[in-house]
Amino acid sequence: MIEFKEVSKRFGSTLALDKLDANFPTGKIIGLFGPNGAGKSTSIKMIAGLNRPDQGQVLIDGELPRMSKARIAYLPEIDHLYPWMTIGQAAGFTRSFYVDWDNNKYHELLKYLNLSAEMKIGKISKGQRAKTKLLFTVARRAPYLLMDEPLSGIDILTREEIINTLVRDYREGEQTIIISTHEIAEVESLVDEVFFIDQGKIMLSGSAEEFRVERGQSLVEIMKEAFRHVHQ
Amino acid sequence: MKFDSSRPIYRQIIDSYKKQLIRGELKTGDKILSQREYAEQARINPNTVQRAYREMEALQMVETQRGQGTFIIAAEPMLTEIKLEMARDVLEYFVGEMKSLGYTCAQMISMLEEEEKEQGGGF
Repeated sequence: MIEFKEVSKRFGSTLALDKLDANFPTGKIIGLFGPNGAGKSTSIKMIAGLNRPDQGQVLIDGELPRMSKARIAYLPEIDHLYPWMTIGQAAGFTRSFYVDWDNNKYHELLKYLNLSAEMKIGKISKGQRAKTKLLFTVARRAPYLLMDEPLSGIDILTREEIINTLVRDYREGEQTIIISTHEIAEVESLVDEVFFIDQGKIMLSGSAEEFRVERGQSLVEIMKEAFRHVHQ
Repeated sequence: MKFDSSRPIYRQIIDSYKKQLIRGELKTGDKILSQREYAEQARINPNTVQRAYREMEALQMVETQRGQGTFIIAAEPMLTEIKLEMARDVLEYFVGEMKSLGYTCAQMISMLEEEEKEQGGGF
C-alpha cells in the first residue's frame, strides 16, 4: 500500500500538493485523474522518490520512498532516454541498475511492440519512443508500476498497443499500477480504483465499478461533475 | 465487445454470457475464454474479469476446472429463469422510459399491437 499523509509541496509560489491524503491499495490498477497542473506528476514523482514532501509523509509498504526504489518501476512523462543510444544499448544500461529486470520479457515485448534493439532512440517516432519507455518499465518485475501520462500525445493505434501490453502483462492481485492521465476515456475499462485530484488535493476517490453501480455514470462524466464545482 | 462506460463492466460481461446462453450460442459443457484471454481481447482490467467469472461461478452458470479451463454448466430450468430475468430488466427500462414520456399502460399496449402489425404479424 502507498500512503500519503497530509503531504504538502510548494514550488516557488505554487502550492503543488495541499495536505494531500490518500491510500493507494495494493494489487489494483489505479487511475490518478485530474486537469493539467492538478498535482498528478508531483504525486507520482514523490512515490518514485524524486522529490520530497515539505510537510507530511509518503510511505510505501510502511517505508520511505528512497528505501523502496528497487520495488518501483517509473515511467516519466518526459523523454528520459539518451537519444544517441539504440534501444538495445539503453536496455543494457537500464538492466544494470535493476535486479528485477526480466530479459526474456524484454525480448518478448520488443517483438510484440514492433520495436527492434537496433533502433536509435533519437531517430524513432514519438509513438515508438512511448512504447520504448513502456517496454523498459514493464520489463522489470516490479510490484509497483508508476506511469505518468503514458498516453499523452500518442496516436490512437499506439495507445491501443500500450493498453494491450498493460493488460497482457498485468499480474492481477499482486501488482499495483498507478496511471496518471487527463485522458480518462482511454482508460475507463482499465482502472479498478480512481482518485480525482485537483489543486493539490484528492477531490473524490473510490472503486470505478462502484461508481458505475451507484451513479450510473462513466468516469469521464463523474470527473466533469466533480470539477465543475471547483472551477466555477 | 464494446462496453458502456456508465454501467458496471463486470455486469456487462455476465449479461453478454447470459445472452449467448439464451440464444443457444453457448451450451452446457462448452468451454469459454479464460479470464486472461477475455481481458486481453476486450482490453479490460483483469481484476474486473475475475470478478465477473467469480460471480458466474457463484450463480452456477460456469465452473472452473483447475488446469482445464472454464465451462458452461447452466442448463434448464436456469436458462428459462435467466431469460425471464433479462426480459424483466428490458421491460422495466421500457416502461420507465415510456412513462417518463407520459404514456399510460393502455397506450403502450395499443402501440405494441400496432408495431406488431407493421412488422408483419409477430416480432
